[in-house]
Amino acid sequence: MAGLERLLASREIVLSCGSGGVGKTTVAAAAGAMAAAHLGGRVLVLTVDPARRLANALGLEQFGNTEVRIEDASWKAAGLRPRGELWAAMLDMKQSWDDLVRKHAPDAVTRDKILQNPLYQNIAGKFVHGHDYIAMERLYEIHSSGRYDLIVVDTPPTRNAIDFLSAPERMADFFSSRLLRWLIAPYKSRIYTAVSRPFYELADRILGSQFLRDIADFFMLFQEMHPGFVERAEAVRRTLEDRRTSFLVVTTLEPAPAREAEFFLSELRRRGYSVGALVFNKVLPEYFRDPEAASVAEALVERAGELAAEFAEDGVCETSTVARVLTEIGESFLNYRVVASREADQKSLLTSSSPDLVLDIPHLDEDVVDLAGLLRVGESLWEGDA
Amino acid sequence: MTATDALGPHLLERRLLFVTGKGGVGKTTVAAALGWLGAAKGLRTLVCEVDAKGNLADSYECGEIGFRPKPVTDGLWAMAMDTEESLKEYLRLQMRVPLVARIGPLARSLDFVASAAPGVKEILTVGKLCYEVREGRWDLIVVDAPATGHVVGLLAAPQAIRELVKVGRVREQTEWIVQILSDADITGAVIVTAPEEMPVNEALELAGRIADETTVDLAAVVVNKVLPELFGRAEEECFETLASSGRLEAALGPAAASVVSGARLAVRLRRTRAAHLGRLRRELPAGPELLYLPYLFTRDHGLRSTTTVAESLSAELGF
Repeated sequence: MAGLERLLASREIVLSCGSGGVGKTTVAAAAGAMAAAHLGGRVLVLTVDPARRLANALGLEQFGNTEVRIEDASWKAAGLRPRGELWAAMLDMKQSWDDLVRKHAPDAVTRDKILQNPLYQNIAGKFVHGHDYIAMERLYEIHSSGRYDLIVVDTPPTRNAIDFLSAPERMADFFSSRLLRWLIAPYKSRIYTAVSRPFYELADRILGSQFLRDIADFFMLFQEMHPGFVERAEAVRRTLEDRRTSFLVVTTLEPAPAREAEFFLSELRRRGYSVGALVFNKVLPEYFRDPEAASVAEALVERAGELAAEFAEDGVCETSTVARVLTEIGESFLNYRVVASREADQKSLLTSSSPDLVLDIPHLDEDVVDLAGLLRVGESLWEGDA
Repeated sequence: MTATDALGPHLLERRLLFVTGKGGVGKTTVAAALGWLGAAKGLRTLVCEVDAKGNLADSYECGEIGFRPKPVTDGLWAMAMDTEESLKEYLRLQMRVPLVARIGPLARSLDFVASAAPGVKEILTVGKLCYEVREGRWDLIVVDAPATGHVVGLLAAPQAIRELVKVGRVREQTEWIVQILSDADITGAVIVTAPEEMPVNEALELAGRIADETTVDLAAVVVNKVLPELFGRAEEECFETLASSGRLEAALGPAAASVVSGARLAVRLRRTRAAHLGRLRRELPAGPELLYLPYLFTRDHGLRSTTTVAESLSAELGF
């Protein structure tokens, strides 16, 4: 059965997700690189994680909101002539928010008022939750521009990825929320109702009236952009549900990330999104689970002295050194064997509920530092099932 | 470097520790172990999970954890941050607003505001923790804080709010919150990392951002999952001779080749990691303690792994 090749050839948006540290950035970049190399077309790898990882894996010094093309020199260094183009971009929160305001503001006056509002200036780019919405928004914007054949997205860690998925709805809800109307009401009209008065008195005591005024200004201005936002949020949601969009759930076989992967898989299914593949990263080699090899390792530890004497007779180093080496490699093997067994158990737990494409990436003994490294990771994803 | 070489106060002499780091490095385990160690040394300790993933409950095997501190063992309590509960408590205790439920729309909208309006969750989290410090009920509070990308937003939230709110109760309160956070005798950040490329990059970047964008002192960097060294130089040469001679296979059968491959992989993993560790040591600014914890082959989660890590921490800290 075909591996990632078929998935990447048939989708336009692929989102790589999983908990932190499992290598979803690397998987996203590797998938993008493989698609550019073998499928052709224009491929964009977009990272929306606030921590700056992708630049590192792609060997780029720095890149920002603008999309940057991976140079021919990088491909040459990787010893490959790509059929297509590989691009990369990272989200600049502040700039993205500014762009969004510019686009949705009904007129220049509103636009400038928003951009200069102290609350807005502090919100944009500074806090956490605005990230999710803006990331989705940007993905949608790039996709609908038609500039790329394939966009591979590196999402924030899992729990945040759930926020990320629901960000468009939350933003839409927010604009139609009662709270927002309450906040704005007294500034729109002088009429306080009997019900709302205690609320304002309280809010005033807590926050001070200037801040309330700033908030109200901000939201009143923002509300002018309401229709644009809601419409957009709806469109983003439709894009995620579309058959052309698919998710890669990436995890290692450690307990915490595996549990999150399980949670995320069920969440994706609940929302009716397409799960393209379950990718296990940093999987230890099969031979650690070979019982015969384990017997050898045990023999090495138990009979280290005896074996060392035997080998030393053949002129291999000093007996005591040989004995230490034999004990050490035996112990080390048995240690890793425990980890490998635990991994196998974890894997069968996860795959039992997952009929989807399952792919393994071996535990690489070197870091991925350049395009060649990414392509090596990509190779193990490309061809077929684990 | 040992604990006594450090410039600041001893790690466990501080009263509020924010444990953070890239996902997957064992942040929760280290936070849980720090709390366990604190309690074992007689400190009345509270451990607080911020992003409510349930991993802390797993580390203590203590069942579900909620907003109300739950006793785990002698001197140790665990809680999970809940911003809605935090706001209710704040309104009740600080603002003396009785029966919050009665101000209907506010209560119903709390969760909503907290997830939609930026900064609200952060200030409610930090505020609650600092409040606990100020009340003096605990000798030590260990926070299993959000991962790298989000922790700066959390620690910087009070200043950010203070820039926005010029008068009113909230402003007064952010002042004492900032004071607690800025006092290195009270508060410290602990970055957990692993000797791998991305975790080290992120630890270095985060150390810089904590210094530049927050007022919190970086107390320690904990390097978790340090692999054991298999060989010294003499042993390695000996291993190579043995491995290439085919004697192991001759004496023990063909499966010996797997053991040799396994040893090669272990040596290379260890070597790659040692290089990252070296880089961390070189590039980390002076000040924070640097602590090392071994990779755990036998158990990688649950209470047993928490207590094992606590023992290693105790040895590292000389505490």
